[in-house]
Formats: sequence, C-alpha cells, structure tokens
Amino acid sequence: MEITIFIILLPLLSFVFLGLAGKWLSHRAAGLFGTAVLGVVTILSYYTAYTYFTAPRLADGTFATLVPYNFQWLPLFLGAMKFNLGVLLDPISVMMLIVISTVSLMVHIYSFGYMHGERGFQRYYAFLSLFTMSMLGLVVATNIFQMYLFWELVGVSSYLLIGFYFTKAPAVAASKKAFIVTRFADLGFLIGILIYGFYVGTFDFVGPNTSAAVGGAKMIPLALGLMFIGGAGKSAMFPLHIWLPDAMEGPTPVSALIHAATMVVAGVYLVARMFPLFIAFAPNVLHIVAYVAAFTAFYAAAVAIAQTDIKRVLAFSTISQIGFMLVALGVCTSVEPEAGGLGYMAAMFHLFTHAMFKACLFLCAGCIIEQVHSNEMEMMGGMRKYMPITHIAFLFSCLAISGIPPFSGFFSKDEILSACFAFNPIMGWIMTAIAAMTAFYMFRLYYGIFWGKENIEHHTAHKPHEAPATMTIPLIILSVITFFFGWTVSFGHFISPNGKSFDSHLETSVAITSVVIAVLSILIARTMYRNEKQVLADSLQKRFKGLWTAAHHRFYIDEVYQFVTHRIIFGCVSRPIAWFDRHVVDGFFNFLAWSTNALSYQIRGFQSGEIQQYTYVFLIGTLLLILLLIL
Amino acid sequence: MISIICYLIVSTIMLCAGIYGFFTRHNLLAMLISVELMLNATDINFAVFNRLLYPNGQEGYFFALFSIAISAAETAIAIAIMINIYRNIRSIQVDKINKMKW
Repeated sequence: MEITIFIILLPLLSFVFLGLAGKWLSHRAAGLFGTAVLGVVTILSYYTAYTYFTAPRLADGTFATLVPYNFQWLPLFLGAMKFNLGVLLDPISVMMLIVISTVSLMVHIYSFGYMHGERGFQRYYAFLSLFTMSMLGLVVATNIFQMYLFWELVGVSSYLLIGFYFTKAPAVAASKKAFIVTRFADLGFLIGILIYGFYVGTFDFVGPNTSAAVGGAKMIPLALGLMFIGGAGKSAMFPLHIWLPDAMEGPTPVSALIHAATMVVAGVYLVARMFPLFIAFAPNVLHIVAYVAAFTAFYAAAVAIAQTDIKRVLAFSTISQIGFMLVALGVCTSVEPEAGGLGYMAAMFHLFTHAMFKACLFLCAGCIIEQVHSNEMEMMGGMRKYMPITHIAFLFSCLAISGIPPFSGFFSKDEILSACFAFNPIMGWIMTAIAAMTAFYMFRLYYGIFWGKENIEHHTAHKPHEAPATMTIPLIILSVITFFFGWTVSFGHFISPNGKSFDSHLETSVAITSVVIAVLSILIARTMYRNEKQVLADSLQKRFKGLWTAAHHRFYIDEVYQFVTHRIIFGCVSRPIAWFDRHVVDGFFNFLAWSTNALSYQIRGFQSGEIQQYTYVFLIGTLLLILLLIL
Repeated sequence: MISIICYLIVSTIMLCAGIYGFFTRHNLLAMLISVELMLNATDINFAVFNRLLYPNGQEGYFFALFSIAISAAETAIAIAIMINIYRNIRSIQVDKINKMKW
C-alpha cells in the first residue's frame, strides 16, 4: 500500500510542472499531460480500493485501518504533540479516493472540450491538479491537523478556480466571497482543532474508548461543534451557504468537480470522520447538525424552485442534497447499523451517488450553456432535439436525484429516509417532503431546458448541436455509473458505522412512499412545464407573487449579510477603528516625524560647511581643555 | 647668552600669527602659509628646548628635522589639491568650495 503516496504526489507534480512550464506548452500538451497524470492517479486509486476491500477482514469483521505513511512534519511546542503528514486508509477514505479520482478524471477529460481555446488553459489544468491533490490529501489525512492543512488548500484552489475568469468582475467578487465566508467558518474549525488537541493531547483521530478521548471527554462536544462550523462553511450549510450559488461564476466543469461532487462534501466527510466521537461524547451536537442540515435542505429546495439560472438551480440542489447527507449523519444514535447507525452508511452512500449524478448534471449544464451562451432557462427550451446524448444523461441524473428506481439516487435516498424515520417520524416526513420538492424542481429544470417553450429566435440564430466526444464521453460514463451503481453494489458491505459488513435492505413502506411522492412531483412538474404554454405555472407564479419573488431572491439572505457587514460591522465597528487608526495612531507618528524634522531644521546651522567656523569651535575646545588641565 | 624667554616669545608670536591667519584668510594658499607658520613655531621650540635645556641630547634637533620633512610632503599634497580645485572652480577661495556639500 506504499504506492498510495503517489496518489497525492502525482497531482502535485502535475501542478508544479504545469504551473511553471505551462507557458511554453501548447494547450493540447498541457491538457494531455494533466489528464494523463490524473488517469494514473485514478488507476492507482482503483487499485488501492481493490486491494483494500479484497484483503481479508480482521477477526472482529472490520477492515484494517492502514497507515502506510506517517512522518513527522513539524514538532509542536507542546511536548508530545506533533504535526504528522501521512496516508490513512480506512473504508471511507478509500471510498472518497474513488469518488474524487473518478469525478476529477471525468472533469479533466470534459474540460479538454469545454475549455478549448480558452486563455489560460494551462493554468486551468494546473489549478485542477492542485485541487485534486489537496482534496485527496484531505481525505487520507492521518490527523485532524493534516486535514485542516489540506482543507485550506482546497479552499485556495476553489478560490483560484472560481476566479478563473479574473477579468470578469462577478467572478472576482464570487471568488472573494467564497474565500472569505469559508475562512470565517474555518476559524471555528481551527479553534475546535486546538481545543481538541489541547484536551485530548493529540491531533490524531482517536477512538472513543481510548484513554486520551476519555480524558478530554468534557471538552470534546465543544470541539466537535466548532469543527462542524468549519464543515458547515465548506458544505454550504445555512447560514454559511451564501458563497456556493455565487461560486457558479467559475467554469462549469469546476462547478461540477468542486462545488458539486467533492469539495462541498468535505463537511460531510469531516462529520463522518469524527463520527465515533460524536456518537460517544456528543450525540446532541450530532442532532443539532441534523436540524441545521434539515432546515438547509428545505430552504435550498424552496429557493431552487424559483431560480431561472440553471447553474443556480443545480447549486441550490447541491446544498439541499448535502443537507440530506448531514441529516443522515445527524440522526444516528449509535454505531450499530441495525440500531440507529444506518444514517452513517446512508450518508456515505448518498455522497457517492450524489457525486456521480450531480457531476453529470453539471457537465450536462456545461454542454448546454456552451451551446446557447447563457445560463438562463428562457434561452433554452426544446433542447432535446439538438442534444440527444446530453438529454438522456440529464434525464438519468434527474431521475436519480429524484429517487426513482433503479437509479442509484433511489437507493441512497431510501436509506436516508429510513434512517430519518427510525430516528423520528416527523423528521422522516419532513425529509420525504423535501425529497418531493427535489423531484419537482429537478424536473422543472429538465422540462424547462429540454421541453417547454423553445426560444426559436435564439436557436435559429445559433443552431445548437451536440457537444464533441470529449464532453459526451464523461456524461455517458457518469450516467452508466448512476444507472448501475445502486443495485449492483452492496454498499453496506464496505462501509458501515462499526466497520462490520451488513446487508442494507430496502424498507418497503418508506421506498413505496418516497417513490410515489417523487412520481407525483414529477407529474406535477410535467403538467406545469412541459408544454409551450405554461398556464398553470404562470398563474401560480402570479398568485404567490410575493413568495416567488422572495424565493427568487433567495429569501434575501444575501441582503441581510450585506446589511450586517456593510451597515453594522463596517459602519459601527470598522469605520471608528479606521478613524482612530488614521487620526490617533497615524497622527502620533506623524507628530514624531514632524518634530524631528523641525528640530533638525533648527540645528542645521551647525553643519555650515565653512571650515573656519569649524576651526573656531576646535580652538575654543582646545582652549577649554587647556584651561581644564591648568586648573 | 640670550634668554630662553626671548626665543619663546618669537615662537609664540609666530604661532599666534599662524592661528590668526588661518582663521581670517579665505584664500587656501594663505591658509597653507599660516599652517606652515604654526609648524615652524613648534620647530623653533624643539630646537630651543634641546639646545638650552638638554644640551647633551640630540632628540629635539632630529624631531625638528622630521617635522620639516613631513611638512614639506604635506605642503606638496596641499598644493596639488589646490591646483585641482583651481582647475575645477577657477578659484581657491575656501568659501567657494561647496560643490560637495550636498
């Protein structure tokens, strides 16, 4: 398993090479180099996963936790505490390796067509490699501090990629917003890590039964809660979600990779990583996570219904789906999958399937946007005639996200809903309702793009056509995974909260309810948005005008932030501080400079440069000395 | 026998004249002459003290000879500097030499 170190080193090498030498490479060479390196990384990840999951289990039925690499990077001042870097393999990190390398490879191939002829093509591939390296390093972190290091690195690469079109003002603003919002959240993460390190005595992930964990038991809930703030920032939980919709200013493949499939699930991964401690010491914090996530899922679904920008709809659906995953983690009450621990496996399962179908949706959106040169739904309509492959891939992914069997999303969502019902029926029904909303807005999007009212004028001017093969092949691969993954892979066999294999089975009642509700929502969406004339939709929009406008403006959360930051923080705190700095602090130093200047002006006569004057002084001095000696 | 006081009066007058000249004249050449006057005043003192106070020794004479040789060298350098200054600013007035002041 020593080979796993190359999974991290190769993308780093690719980043350094493309970053330094990219200027002298042709677009083709740079793209091929980046993609080839990622291909090798993907093969290594699959090989790692294969050897890891086919290796014999330990005596207690769990997979061994392997640490092929762990070297001391920095000794810290607190004696035993040290900062290690290494590779940790356990079921969830191996699963994440597969997710990240697969989606990243798809995005690398896709970008070859999507970014064709774009300025800064080499830079784009360099940043993609940087991101892949950081994300892989994050998931295989052997300790929480390494996780934090790579956590910040993914933040940086996200910033760089959102602001890829740095000549466009909205992209620059969006990248700044993403960076600042997540940085604020990461402050909580850092404090949580420090509390954890101080009271537990190590940055390593300790089991709940170790003496270190028991020693720090009093402070672990606080530490975990603060860590979740960091996770909420990255995973765009309410109220820290505001950066994600704006992040759609980046190139669409970047949205697929970073803002749908991998980076935004880092928060979910963090909670899953700390799961044993959550269960043992802080079940209440875990339930708070569930409530926050459930609210976020509802809020994002409501907003998604009223968006017209297709990438925004997908962004809000991502927020909503991450909410689902965190709800699944949050409703866990034990590490036994049969008794309240199902959610852990459900969350990881949904993470996997969501990464595939959401990446596929974003890549489809990229194909469409490239053809119509707009993100607005009204510029589309009737696209099924022009882009059949994209149409089918999009439909598959929509069915998956809506939870229609046999697509993968059905299986993972069903596990989540079962876990919620097992926790509390109210939670179960709420999540079922949100799942129905999901089906509705996804099919509103689907019918809006591929059916509905066609923008004939626009389409005659620029006749859309199917995307090139480099872009459709990733779509096909992702749709195939979406179609087959749910019913061919027994996920609980690999990943379960206590590490032992268990057979997840469908809860018939939950499955039937959710499918029926999803189908109903799809039918409603179909009646409302399929036809040329959308009478029902228009009249509903008119009747609930206030609600629609509020949802369209994301319930004014951004405006609230704007008000709080600009009016309250800038106005009442920053301005007085700035005044104090400018007038009092600067004034003091200006006074010092001024007084020195004035004094020097007064005494500059001494340095006349006239030699006779100097000799007078010299003579007087000598006479005085003689006088002194005589006396 | 002329008293030692008489010699010393002469050398004191020479020294004061040198100092006065150095302070009052603005011409570099005149200042150099003043410096030489002061040096010669001390040379006289060396010779006189040796002759009248320690007639068995030779140190005073030799010191005077050294001093004369060194002042000759110094004068050569000083005049070389003055010639250069004159070539540059066409004057050897000390208050005109301000090019390197700032």
